[in-house]
Amino acid sequence: MGLLSKKDAKLITDPLADNNPITIQVLGICSALAITAELEASIVMSISVLFVMGVGNVVISLMRNIIPSKIRIIAQLIVVATLVIIVDLVLKAFAYELSKTLSVFVGLIITNCIIMGRFEAFALGNGPWRSFLDGIGNALGYAVILIIVGFFRELLGSGTLLGIPVLGDPIEKTGLYSIGYENNGFMLLSPMALIVVGIIIWVQRTRNKALVED
Amino acid sequence: MEKRTDKNSYTVIFAIGMVLVVGSLLAYLASTLKPRISENQRLEKQQNILYAMGINDNDETSAVFISTEKAPEAFTSNVQDQIVITIDSNGKVLKEQTRDEYFNETNQEPYLIDVKKQQASAKDGGERKLPLFVGKNKDGKMVYVAPIYGKGLWDAIWGYVAMDENMVVQGAYFDHKGETPGLGANIKQRYFMDDFYGEHLLTENGAFKGITVAKGNADPKNNDKTDNEVDAIAGATITGDGVSAMIKNDLKLYKPFFDNLKKQAN
Repeated sequence: MGLLSKKDAKLITDPLADNNPITIQVLGICSALAITAELEASIVMSISVLFVMGVGNVVISLMRNIIPSKIRIIAQLIVVATLVIIVDLVLKAFAYELSKTLSVFVGLIITNCIIMGRFEAFALGNGPWRSFLDGIGNALGYAVILIIVGFFRELLGSGTLLGIPVLGDPIEKTGLYSIGYENNGFMLLSPMALIVVGIIIWVQRTRNKALVED
Repeated sequence: MEKRTDKNSYTVIFAIGMVLVVGSLLAYLASTLKPRISENQRLEKQQNILYAMGINDNDETSAVFISTEKAPEAFTSNVQDQIVITIDSNGKVLKEQTRDEYFNETNQEPYLIDVKKQQASAKDGGERKLPLFVGKNKDGKMVYVAPIYGKGLWDAIWGYVAMDENMVVQGAYFDHKGETPGLGANIKQRYFMDDFYGEHLLTENGAFKGITVAKGNADPKNNDKTDNEVDAIAGATITGDGVSAMIKNDLKLYKPFFDNLKKQAN
């Protein structure tokens, strides 16, 4: 990568695996449970978080020398909330259809602890460019897990992917359903997201022993 | 050494400054964008009503509204009248107005009546205005579209139900403010809304029963149209109950209108 120094590139690649915000830092679990019943919702949420984290980290980083440490959490919260509300308002005025798809995610983004966590842990102590890369990296790490969980929950829970039936018709008994396969309704409920995340954590730590804590 | 930003006075000034900057920025944005946003919301109401009447751009699987450019014209040509029924808090009909009568009195289009406010007014013992949109659906059949409003799991849910003169559903549109994506949010998916088509709101004896979003009703293909039930969405029980409740509570109020309509026809 000519564009990024090795150190900068690590900011993007680290959160994808060895320092993943969900499976290693265990942040952002709440939204991972809430919206992964369908792959499409996972993808929309990932893109929204990517945007908010990239911009938010830069804003916080630019303000890092003037934010008083005593009220820094509230200042961070205001920055995320303002950003999200501005995007929501502009979309409502100029891209109404899109804003309706995204409106349910607004609350989930503001309260997403990955965003607050990265503001606190990284953007407050680093320059804008590196903070931007850190934001993008963590958002991508979040997206990877969200999409994996969404993929399995939708496939096993509803037998569809992005709303398209891939295993046949459960009512007409075609495809896999003709040999007695049934959708697992459990997969649609939030606790199953936690179990899928748990399996990912297990697989990841089995492959990389360095991640196991004593 | 204490940093400049650690001082109490600095903290207070920073807090005040940030609130002022953020507050005025948001207030400015909200007020400049408001006309555009309310125009979008107005068109959406027209699209919702037209959707329930079967006038939409649906493809095989997904719900697509008629485009915003075409909506106002389609609304004028398809909706023949917008009746406003005024009832007291006991559900007794006080008066019935046509669109023109209502518009002359209030200078407001009946389709912009806020159902939520009307519900609140009836709850406080006041009057309630029930709008009803009359027109021919895409098959040329006379339908009556009523708006409904209720509560889901997290926030508001609402919809528009088109009925024929026997209170048999001819089309339905549901929407929500913040139901869980992938679960409760699916009340606005075709596979849920389409199930309502042809369902009876009345029992065989002509009493009002509503339509219940039922789990395990042994009719997943929804062939039985007179069982007053549609198949629920897995994992969205409370949103489904909310849909049942708003259909029951709000459409019940229109029963006297349909009774009257039948009387006149005979």
